[in-house]
Amino acid sequence: MSAAVARPIVVGPLAIRRHQVSGLVYLAIAALIAVAFGAGATPDAVSTFDLNTRSVEIKLPLVVLPSAATAYALAVACAFLGAIQLARGFGARRGLVLGLVALVTVSAFLVWAASDRSMNLVGVLGASLQRATPLTFAALSGVLCERSGVVNIAIEGMLLTGAFTAAVAGSVLGPWGGVLAAIVVGGLLGGLLAVLAIRYRIDQIIAGMVINIFATGITAFLSARVLTDVPSLNAPERFAPIALPVLSDIPVVGPILFENNVFVYALFGLVALLHVALFYTRWGLRVRAVGEHPRAADTVGIDVLGTRYRNVILGGMVAGLGGAFLILGSTGRFDRDMTAGRGFIGLAAMIFGAWTPIGSFLASLVFGFADSLQARLAILNVPIPSELLLMVPYLVTILVVAGLVGRARAPAADGRPYEKE
Amino acid sequence: MTDDGRTPGIDRPVEAGLESAPGTGLAMPPGEPGEARPRSLAGRLGGLLRSLVIPALAIFSGLVIGALVIVFSDVKIVGLWTSDPGAAFAVSVRDVANAYGALFAGSLGDPGKIVTAITSGDPDQMTKALRPISESLLSATPLIFTGLSVALGFRSGLFNIGAEGQLYVGALFAVIAGFSFAGLPAFVHIPLAIGLGFLGGALWGFVPGLLKARTGAHEVIVTIMLNYVAYRFVDLALKNPPVQREGATNPISKFVLDSAAVPFIIPGLRVTWWFVIALGAAVVISWLLFKSTKGFEFRAVGLNPPAARYAGMNIALTTVLTMVVAGGLAGLAGASVMLVPQGKLTPGFSPGYGFDAIAIALLGKSRPSGVVAAALLFGILRAGATPMQAATAIPIDLVVVVQALVIMFIAAPALVRGLYRLPAPKAAQAEVFTKGWGS
Repeated sequence: MSAAVARPIVVGPLAIRRHQVSGLVYLAIAALIAVAFGAGATPDAVSTFDLNTRSVEIKLPLVVLPSAATAYALAVACAFLGAIQLARGFGARRGLVLGLVALVTVSAFLVWAASDRSMNLVGVLGASLQRATPLTFAALSGVLCERSGVVNIAIEGMLLTGAFTAAVAGSVLGPWGGVLAAIVVGGLLGGLLAVLAIRYRIDQIIAGMVINIFATGITAFLSARVLTDVPSLNAPERFAPIALPVLSDIPVVGPILFENNVFVYALFGLVALLHVALFYTRWGLRVRAVGEHPRAADTVGIDVLGTRYRNVILGGMVAGLGGAFLILGSTGRFDRDMTAGRGFIGLAAMIFGAWTPIGSFLASLVFGFADSLQARLAILNVPIPSELLLMVPYLVTILVVAGLVGRARAPAADGRPYEKE
Repeated sequence: MTDDGRTPGIDRPVEAGLESAPGTGLAMPPGEPGEARPRSLAGRLGGLLRSLVIPALAIFSGLVIGALVIVFSDVKIVGLWTSDPGAAFAVSVRDVANAYGALFAGSLGDPGKIVTAITSGDPDQMTKALRPISESLLSATPLIFTGLSVALGFRSGLFNIGAEGQLYVGALFAVIAGFSFAGLPAFVHIPLAIGLGFLGGALWGFVPGLLKARTGAHEVIVTIMLNYVAYRFVDLALKNPPVQREGATNPISKFVLDSAAVPFIIPGLRVTWWFVIALGAAVVISWLLFKSTKGFEFRAVGLNPPAARYAGMNIALTTVLTMVVAGGLAGLAGASVMLVPQGKLTPGFSPGYGFDAIAIALLGKSRPSGVVAAALLFGILRAGATPMQAATAIPIDLVVVVQALVIMFIAAPALVRGLYRLPAPKAAQAEVFTKGWGS
């Protein structure tokens, strides 16, 4: 969005500009950092960060920081940004500044959490990528559907069904068979959503809810009725992590990015492919035209309904792949309701990522980081309720949708059935 | 179907508008624009029957597909289908009959037994015979509240997917009120706790309402997110004092005090006066929607926002109010599970009352009376599922599958008409509740 139009928001009798609101928020964050993490830290405590893993030969020294002093320094940095923001705004760079403030806040939190303890950052970041993977698949599924103008809230159900299929087919046909079957079943559910939404023009939210409820019911039913009796159908072989030669030996980056299983590498490829396809090919231009202005697209001869069918089915396939990851790349067995809302967090990541593949991936990483951090903090016995960190994705999404932090715009025809005249 | 009991002339829209339609004295039933109300009693009955055709067929189709799911998920007879299809078919029919038999026996009881029990006049026998019905009414109670919540949203053009979260927050508020204030008399404590339950849900509905009104944030996405925030929030509360029960290591709240518990209607049966309160809520919402000025505004905003704005109605205020009342109703659903004898809050206490509500509101065409009927149906399915699982080892989740199918068929009447070769209605119109999000 261009920074040319700064809409005033009316707060009481005062008209405050949006950048000034952000500035006040940043100052409040700075104060919070100083009070909670600076003054709240034990005097003379140090925070230790470990950047090494067993698999990497080159060892880095431990990073040891004085907890309170570091927090105060970060608070000052945040206050500085806030003051400038309040005084004159950052114009086009406000997204960057928002990111910086978030980074400062997270760093201050980490320093506080690692106070008197040692935290392995590589472990946390590696786990973030793992936890972000299903979210990204879910978000990409959403991008494919919504860019063509079909709202997909059935991602949760597609993930769940994909996971179930991957467990059963993976046990019978081997892991690759499991992946393939999950993609096919995901595509079928995508097809169902497309038929309900496009052919029967059911409200798309309701169609999505139907698929979610159906998926929850049928997978729980079948796992109780079949998998408990025949446990051999729920024991697929998993994909082992593959360490890429040379790359995986780089300290810090290597173990995080280049010691993963095929799903994660496939994900990197898919994000890049979708980015290029959506924004630099004729196909992508057509898809976006259909999602923004179907009438115009139709006029120039683009097959609106066909594009929507294809995209929703593709989206279902991607979500099915995400479900397969949960089984074949992660847990190795199906349990009822195992997706636990990941489809909806993926939806949130798609919105936070402004309906773009790369944005969705980054947003998923942020949410994956929050998730992996809460798991790590629970192990480290940090006195902060894990529930608060688990709320982060949802709260961030609400702020984004409300336009309070950044602003994301949905494709204009998202959710509207198209009728040929 | 040439003559279906309607008097001639009714098919034509009444030219001079509804006021001139003699004998009705009522405005057009909302939800079905373009359909004039039939004049004669027979015509009205015919209209009612016709409006029941699609729901009845939807439920029937859902049950049939559910039966197919039972049959084809039976791993024990997979081989039998090839070796002896006749025997396999017989086994399947028996299984399905047993399953559905157990489901309805467990939710409606045995009519013969009920009659003999009532004629015998033995209270013990009577409670036993009526227990299945009591269980169904018990399951239906929160569904009536959440169904009304979603229906109210639909009426003013809002899609409240957040009933589940509002229910949890309402339950948390109600249970806190229920175990606090020891020593209050019941006639003060019960209304206070119910009021706080309403307040909790209303608060959780207020946020998406306000965001929608002030920033345009789509209520669907905000309520989905708030559902998860509510789950985590309740988890957090249940793991810490003062909500967590003393000495408990698992997340569970203290018991509600007896002075805050709404009593049983008949001792020995689990259904409480909450069922009657739920029916009362349906009457109140019906009055609110169809007899009050505010309700008229709700519906006007839902049907045609630009026209409502032009008529001077405050759309932002209506949006916030609708979400507050809808949230409050869902909060009452939570309170109705908490404020009972020995009531307590646990993380997974709701089997998806807030999501079933979407199906119920659709099935009931967003009319309070329809919502009550649909909630009773879903209550019957839910209450019968557990005895079905106990008797036939068919998992409870079958009911969820059937419910999903029912919603699908209700939402896509064209699907049902196609299946049963029914004629298409005169004016088919797609209902769209949501219009994109994010911007």
